[in-house]
Amino acid sequence: MLELQGIPVSPGVAIGPALVLDDEGYRIPRCLIPAADTTAEWGRLLSAFGKVAKQLEVNRKQTAERLGEEAGRIFSAQQQMLSDPGLLAELEGRVRQQQQSAAYAVSRVLHRYAEALGKLNSPFLAERAEDVLDIEKQLLHRMGAVTSDPLSNLDEPVILLARNLTPSETANLDRQYVRGFCTEIGGPGGHTAIVAKGLELPAVVGIGQFLDRIGQGSQVIVDGDRGCMIVDPDQATIDRYEERAQIRQKLTLRLAELRDLPAETVDGQRVTLSANIEFPHEVDACLQRGADGIGLYRTEFLYLSSNEEPSEEDHYEAYTEVIGALQGRPVVIRTLDLGADKMGHTSLTEPENNPFLGLRSIRLSLKNQDLFRTQIRAVLRAAVHGDVRMMFPLISTLQELRTARMLVNIVIDDLREEGAEFRSDIPIGMMVEVPAAVIMIDRFAEEVDFFSIGTNDLVQYTLAVDRSNESVAELYQSSDPAVLRLIQQTVDVSNKTNTPVGICGEMSSNPARVLLLLGLGVRSFSVPPLAIPRIKKVIRSVTIADCEEIADRVMQLESAREVDLYLLDRLGDLVPELVVQ
Amino acid sequence: MSNPSCQQTVVVKNEKGLHLRPAELVARLAMQFDSTVMVTKDDQSADCKNMLSVLTLGAVQGTQLGLSAEGSDAAEALSAVAELFDQGFHELDSE
Repeated sequence: MLELQGIPVSPGVAIGPALVLDDEGYRIPRCLIPAADTTAEWGRLLSAFGKVAKQLEVNRKQTAERLGEEAGRIFSAQQQMLSDPGLLAELEGRVRQQQQSAAYAVSRVLHRYAEALGKLNSPFLAERAEDVLDIEKQLLHRMGAVTSDPLSNLDEPVILLARNLTPSETANLDRQYVRGFCTEIGGPGGHTAIVAKGLELPAVVGIGQFLDRIGQGSQVIVDGDRGCMIVDPDQATIDRYEERAQIRQKLTLRLAELRDLPAETVDGQRVTLSANIEFPHEVDACLQRGADGIGLYRTEFLYLSSNEEPSEEDHYEAYTEVIGALQGRPVVIRTLDLGADKMGHTSLTEPENNPFLGLRSIRLSLKNQDLFRTQIRAVLRAAVHGDVRMMFPLISTLQELRTARMLVNIVIDDLREEGAEFRSDIPIGMMVEVPAAVIMIDRFAEEVDFFSIGTNDLVQYTLAVDRSNESVAELYQSSDPAVLRLIQQTVDVSNKTNTPVGICGEMSSNPARVLLLLGLGVRSFSVPPLAIPRIKKVIRSVTIADCEEIADRVMQLESAREVDLYLLDRLGDLVPELVVQ
Repeated sequence: MSNPSCQQTVVVKNEKGLHLRPAELVARLAMQFDSTVMVTKDDQSADCKNMLSVLTLGAVQGTQLGLSAEGSDAAEALSAVAELFDQGFHELDSE
């Protein structure tokens, strides 16, 4: 039994056989071979080359017959690469002198070339990089080192173990079979973590190097509550986890009974409890749990889960699906928040030294107005079907907000001229997630219809901590007193100016921290669908007076650790059921 | 006695730059010689006998490259490869 500690990013527990992926998603045995076997191994590699070359020729001919010679030539680049004498010489050295297994040598060498080609910033050579990776895949397949794409051919439940998963890879996981995942890198506030929560997959990230110690198919427990991963658990451990799973299931059933009851405090204060979603199909799960609406619809996943740039109609259809499913409940559509760690298949930015301080989110949208206007058009058109609100992310200056609003007005003029069906009067709000926005919050309040505090980025920018970097993960705390003061200031000004304010960051899905937020005056929460029953339970178990007293005390404390310990203690008093043993 | 070595500068003349087909021509040509022919762009070098390696230089039209050869037939190898560059990999006519 091996127990490893990481960062819990998505709650729950999953048990199953490990599926170990390397960076590109192939199963590569990382092994060396005995000197006596190198000749046979080299023969195996040559034979695989021969088979792939033959297959490529077949592909080329068939394609040429059906679609013409020109189309057949798409295979000739790969044929040329396969016949590259330099490549063979390099591989031979690795197998014969360095005693690497054929699969390992192929994978290393071709990966390095693909990476070098991909970095050249030329669309033409980037395609060649794809060719190199494709050859690699075919060779590995021929050598029996991979079973095609392991993720697309799952037929049994697995726990995915990988160096890293991008948000889009995570979004495309086969939810029927992937029961949870663990990664070597990644931090608590990364977008992969958000997607994992959206998919309700238990996940632990930032474990550090471990893949080389785990065999394919080993039994693994992912504990997304405590942030640990257990390999080859003993029977006592399995029993303990199964017992916990039962307790958890009972709690879930009890909490599910709250579904049709309002999110209202003991002293009668009604609170809005909405859900965050990435995909239209999640609306059902939200409503089943009694959400008041969608407080944050992250539209960039339209980009991340498709190979093509979504058209206005793609946007419109997705929004209309969400609006229809909500049956009159409100939805806050956040405009594209691409950039930094969220990139589609076509990168919109040059490589940046500091992507989180670079061209991302609203900045990227304002630089790519065609993209942005397409989205605004779709939002305004879809808005005729229900209660739609639009929100801009990462606003840091008044000028940005005004430019974005001006674009909306231009789009309105266009739509009016075209005689399209649309709404021009939807509420427009902004995310408060940059300290600069908090400092200027009274001025922003004059120009928006609502605020939504995004704690993930607010924490990152206030504390100068990269939210996806595991090395500084312990500094990334939404309960840091500096962050709490910014939240307090935002809520105070909002309430004074009668500007509706909500909180949609991950902080609001933590039951203990919700006590504090209620005490600070927050009356609107938007949380991942899975968290709704728990947060509703918190709200229905407390009075505003309890929470205000808690907030007064917390605002005197000096560190995130003190804050969390105190809050956990109070949660234990007020809602003991939710304190996980 | 050490092997003779020599070097010179070439420019990528054809419109598409040092893409797949030219890289293959360079590799095939270099293979005909015993000498090692290296092509250098800024601080990055590639063995001319290795097509993929040459491709990763990403040399576009107008790029200046250094060529050097070392070995028994270094002078011949160098001039043959340099000539291929000079002819724009036989792609100049069709453009």
